[in-house]
Amino acid sequence: MSLYEVQKLLFHVNRDPKTWNRFLDERERLVAEYRLTEDEQHAVMETDFRRLYEMGVHSLLLGPLAAALGISFPDYLAILRGKQP
Amino acid sequence: MSLVGAFAASHAPGITARPSLPPAAESEPIFRAYDELRARVAAAQPDVWVVVSSEHWANFFLDNMPSFCVGISDEFFGPTDEKFVNIPRRGVRGHARLARALAEGVAEEVDLSTSHEMALDHGVMLPLHLLRTELPVIPIIVNCLAGFPAPLHRCHALGAAIRRTVDRWPERVALLGSGGLSHWPAMPESGRIGIDFDRRFLDAFIGGRIEGFLRYPKEKLEAEAGPGGHEIRTWVTVAGAANGARGSLLAYQPVPAWSTGCAVAALQVEAVVKQAERK
Repeated sequence: MSLYEVQKLLFHVNRDPKTWNRFLDERERLVAEYRLTEDEQHAVMETDFRRLYEMGVHSLLLGPLAAALGISFPDYLAILRGKQP
Repeated sequence: MSLVGAFAASHAPGITARPSLPPAAESEPIFRAYDELRARVAAAQPDVWVVVSSEHWANFFLDNMPSFCVGISDEFFGPTDEKFVNIPRRGVRGHARLARALAEGVAEEVDLSTSHEMALDHGVMLPLHLLRTELPVIPIIVNCLAGFPAPLHRCHALGAAIRRTVDRWPERVALLGSGGLSHWPAMPESGRIGIDFDRRFLDAFIGGRIEGFLRYPKEKLEAEAGPGGHEIRTWVTVAGAANGARGSLLAYQPVPAWSTGCAVAALQVEAVVKQAERK
């Protein structure tokens, strides 16, 4: 279980502009720098918010990331609830 | 005497991010209450703010998560989460000298961290934005988020220590607790509101009898007020500073579209000081 590492990665993505740019431009290389399981890597690569939430990632790491990616708050909630907008 | 105001208000990001989403009957009481709060702040004529807000992964991660942290700087920037809250990022005046004095004074009673690079997110910036205040700010971030948040009674002790420290200053200090009340933030349950908890807490807060909440069990708090309910720590800090003063509730409104039981309140700290002076 490397939930801690997933959350650390998303914390850096949200808060560090260089990591944010790498998240947009070279996500696979960025993700490889954190000790994630295959499932976790996949969830981050796909920004699968529902899966990340189910893994136990803190919701306040996910909501702001969705907003930064241009996903509206109602759409974000629909994704979490398993109702794809 | 130098604590001239003790206020508390919700900082739900939806207030600025989605101002028109709730029905006007729900949103207007909150905007009006912030206007009323602005008038009360103006009447109190403070020189400086101490704003107690909650951590939301703006500054700290689980590698190093302080319970309480004071920002020591003459200049801050915020909000860090401008896309989330729809408030333009700007510079905010700090007050390094007083922040240092606050840290030293409080440390006599409560252990706390200090930061020379504190980032301000919506927790501090949303109230400042709605209050349209340009006064210098001493931010205090309380862990209400993850890991091992300080027990509520320690937040009360923090408030009492802030009070004892700033009451020795010639400067006029306004204290704002920013956060809460019940909410399930950015979660599938988002929109659920613990109205019964919120009302009981507010009764105790404005009644000057917060003691009943200082040992509130963590699991009970989360069940009744959601994980976001931990942000009552900022209100409890203000209650600790107000030292039993009563106050008034300017608004309480459950706003599902903002995912929060929203409240704005003011405690009568001046009245308590006058009573103390009479003794």
